[in-house]
Amino acid sequence: MMQSKGYVSKIETFATADGPGIRTVVFLAGCTLRCLYCHNPDMWTTQGASEYTVEQLMSRLRKMKPYFKNGGGVSFCGGEPLSQSDFLIQMLKACKDEGIHTVLDTAGVGNPDAFEEVLSYTDLILLDIKGVDEENYYRLTQRKASTATKFLETAIAMSKPMWLRHVVVPNINDSIEHIEKLYELIKDIPRVERVELLPYHTLGNTKYEKMNEPYPLEGVKALEKDVVQKLQSHLDLLRLSA
Amino acid sequence: MEAWKNFKSGAWQHGINVEDFIVQNVTSYEGDESFLEKISDKTANLWKQCEELLAEEIKLGVLDIDMEHISGVNHFKPGYIEKQNEVIVGLQSDAPLKRIINPYGGIRLVESILDTYRRPMPQTLKIAFEDWSKTHNQGVFDAYTKDMRTARSTGLLTGLPDAYGRGRIIGDYRRVALYGIDYLIEQKKADLANIAVSSEEHIRLREEVSEQIRALVDTKAMAASYGFDISQPALNAQQAIQWLYFAYLAAVKQNNGAAMSLGRTSTFLDIYIERDLHDGVLTEYQAQELIDQFVMKLRLVRHLRTPEYDELFAGDPTWVTESIGGVGVNGQNLVTKNSFRYLHTLTNLGPAPEPNMTILWSEALPEAFKKYCAKMSIDTGAIQYENDDLMRPIFGSDYGISCCVSAMSIGKQMQYFGARVNLAKALLLAINGGKDELSGKVMFADIEQDAAEVLDFNTVMKRFDLVLQKTAKLYVETMNVIHYMHDKYAYESSQLALHDTSVERLMAFGVAGLSVVADSLSAIKHASVKPVRNEQGLTTDFVIDGEFPCYGNDDDRADDFAVDVVTRFSRYLKSHALYRNAKHTLSVLTITSNVVYGKKTGSTPDGRKYGEAFAPGANPMHGRDRSGALASLNSVAKIPYNEVCLDGVSNTFSIIPTALGKTKEDQIANTVNLMDGYFGQNAHHLNVNVLDRNKLMDAMEHPEKYPHLTIRVSGYAVHFARLTLAQKKEVISRTFHDAV
Repeated sequence: MMQSKGYVSKIETFATADGPGIRTVVFLAGCTLRCLYCHNPDMWTTQGASEYTVEQLMSRLRKMKPYFKNGGGVSFCGGEPLSQSDFLIQMLKACKDEGIHTVLDTAGVGNPDAFEEVLSYTDLILLDIKGVDEENYYRLTQRKASTATKFLETAIAMSKPMWLRHVVVPNINDSIEHIEKLYELIKDIPRVERVELLPYHTLGNTKYEKMNEPYPLEGVKALEKDVVQKLQSHLDLLRLSA
Repeated sequence: MEAWKNFKSGAWQHGINVEDFIVQNVTSYEGDESFLEKISDKTANLWKQCEELLAEEIKLGVLDIDMEHISGVNHFKPGYIEKQNEVIVGLQSDAPLKRIINPYGGIRLVESILDTYRRPMPQTLKIAFEDWSKTHNQGVFDAYTKDMRTARSTGLLTGLPDAYGRGRIIGDYRRVALYGIDYLIEQKKADLANIAVSSEEHIRLREEVSEQIRALVDTKAMAASYGFDISQPALNAQQAIQWLYFAYLAAVKQNNGAAMSLGRTSTFLDIYIERDLHDGVLTEYQAQELIDQFVMKLRLVRHLRTPEYDELFAGDPTWVTESIGGVGVNGQNLVTKNSFRYLHTLTNLGPAPEPNMTILWSEALPEAFKKYCAKMSIDTGAIQYENDDLMRPIFGSDYGISCCVSAMSIGKQMQYFGARVNLAKALLLAINGGKDELSGKVMFADIEQDAAEVLDFNTVMKRFDLVLQKTAKLYVETMNVIHYMHDKYAYESSQLALHDTSVERLMAFGVAGLSVVADSLSAIKHASVKPVRNEQGLTTDFVIDGEFPCYGNDDDRADDFAVDVVTRFSRYLKSHALYRNAKHTLSVLTITSNVVYGKKTGSTPDGRKYGEAFAPGANPMHGRDRSGALASLNSVAKIPYNEVCLDGVSNTFSIIPTALGKTKEDQIANTVNLMDGYFGQNAHHLNVNVLDRNKLMDAMEHPEKYPHLTIRVSGYAVHFARLTLAQKKEVISRTFHDAV
């Protein structure tokens, strides 16, 4: 197979939140969703991203291997990593060939024909559940329901371990009712190792200014720590008592 | 012998060999910290009094000075904090934190310090050291050449130990506990009898060994003044700690070296503690009490310094460095319960910079110990790490760290400390025709003036190489002068008495400004750099057009410059012979002097402006390591230790707590992985600071809220409150690794 080129917006060599252990995160450029709270709008397109061959990127990732003991490894996020599925498959495969643990941080949006092959080289999925129903999904992503359901079905069929994540925005989805709906949606998914509510933050705002893009959540304050903690424990309780 | 009862026999019984004693008798510990005991009432009582004195000292700068005596092993009456609560006794002078005048380094320095603290210069002292006798400082200046003086005044060579004690020597203080002073005296007398008077070196050695014997006799007398007879080996744990501490105390009563390190004592003492615990004559509570009180004493060590010295090395450091952990050459784990007890003093007495706790890290250390170290780093910020797997093959399994990063085999090697050369200034000399960029003074006459509008990489590199060669020669000669005079006028007899007579000498050279030079060379090569010159033709600034890779991003295009410069410089140093056949070593270490070096260095081709601080040690320049923490660590890991920077490569790493992991458990596990990953690539040293910038900013505004805030600065830790304003600002401007 010919080595394709990938578009990489950024490489963060040290991360601890995006999967187990110490991780190097590759931000693959391109995403079709327009989530209201997106903090990486600079990664919507491949504009400004750097071109890498699989070997070029692997030569950088390989250097981080000494830090990947105890479950660490490489996480692919974005943008939406599935938007570059050919390159993603080759990268995941190259990582697995070298014994590197792989995480796919995705919203499940991309070419459905590639899902099975992508997941065959993925050790852990961080799946971002955008909305709890069609209307809610549209409101948050400004896109109609997508391939996300298909992606989740494939993941379940392949019995992949998952961490589910859900961003909570003040006045949009920060109610107990909403969290209960979310619970209903996810409660029957097998192999869910963690469910994390991520509080909405405003760290990405300045990027919109630089890009001359209007910021959809202008004026919305970051979610208070105690609110997200309260919702998280409510969700944890529901899951525990199930 | 009663003292050695139940110890396993070995070579250590037939000659001085502490390493063998440890190998034969160590009880390795694989468990966790749950056995540790809390602070004892006696210790808590003493420490409370000390904390009051320490608070007073911060206000005054210096709590008190002994005006009646001068430095010496047995020149002071016994001193106590509160005798009935002290299970380990001994102070440098007759009262806690009362500093000693040491005139041997230089008498004018003493005069200026006393003037600072508004004390009259004792007339007898002035007469004795100005008229009747001379000092190290005077000796050095009698022999310095014009070029040496220029290098010193322009700051090409800085921090030279030509007016203060060179330090960096670690006596094997354990010998006194294991063998008793009388046996050590006997051995030295036997050595003396075997030194024939056949050369100047031998005459000098005979005189030195005689002085060593006198120091041992004085140490015994000093201990006797506290009511202890240390002529014989220690009988139990309390005596072992006390004997060892008297030996160390002799060193800090006699000498005021910049670094007066302790060595590697925790596992040695553990053998005595284990024996007592086993015999039922000591409890864990008492064992911790002994260690807490020993460490408390080490925290009270002080030397009398000038304000200029404080500006260079902030926070009143004494570098009572203790090396903990590591693995034996036979694969034996050298972590013991006492390794935990030492670290636990940071909990019982609270975080503090001294003693400078240094973990000798090996991938093979027990996991529970690794995790405990990581936990204590996160909680206290008071620990540094050095790569045992890298040093052990070179220095054996009984080496210790002196000062920040200098390894030496204990009792077998000593160091001639050599401060450092300002590499950024050396690069500017290459661009300015051998003239100092600030004063215009001619340092090297035969360097061609660069007149190009845009700096040409090959031309600059050729001239820089020439400057490095000339600097190396001048640096070696300067060091030879300094150490000849130091041996002659300020010989550390009490410390050398605790070394083998045929000691191996390491001469430790150093460089500062490595990342500035690497980035400057990268800028000249990859971007367009135009010098801005004044009417004398000296560069005042540089205009940079275009992008260039910076050191600290795991990018060989920049990192290779750093590797190349230290490799070249080490080679040039080694082409010149050293005083007393010393062996050349080199460090990349600045301590806090990176701030002062920056102040005294003009703008550089990397875009750094005149006066801006350098990055400390081998760190990438502030904010230029933009590819994340691991890329930054990987760049520093490329600086070669073996054969090149054998005196250490210092890296200070700051990370915010949440970036290390969500839960404390994750943070600990990730810190352990970080260390294993870094050191697995033959990196040498890492200071770990886990804190956020906001906390430091708040500590700057409200120092009273953070009396114990301890941070690692370069090769040591300081109380943040004791830094100067400029140093605080520099620490805050450093890269704090964050995550996305």
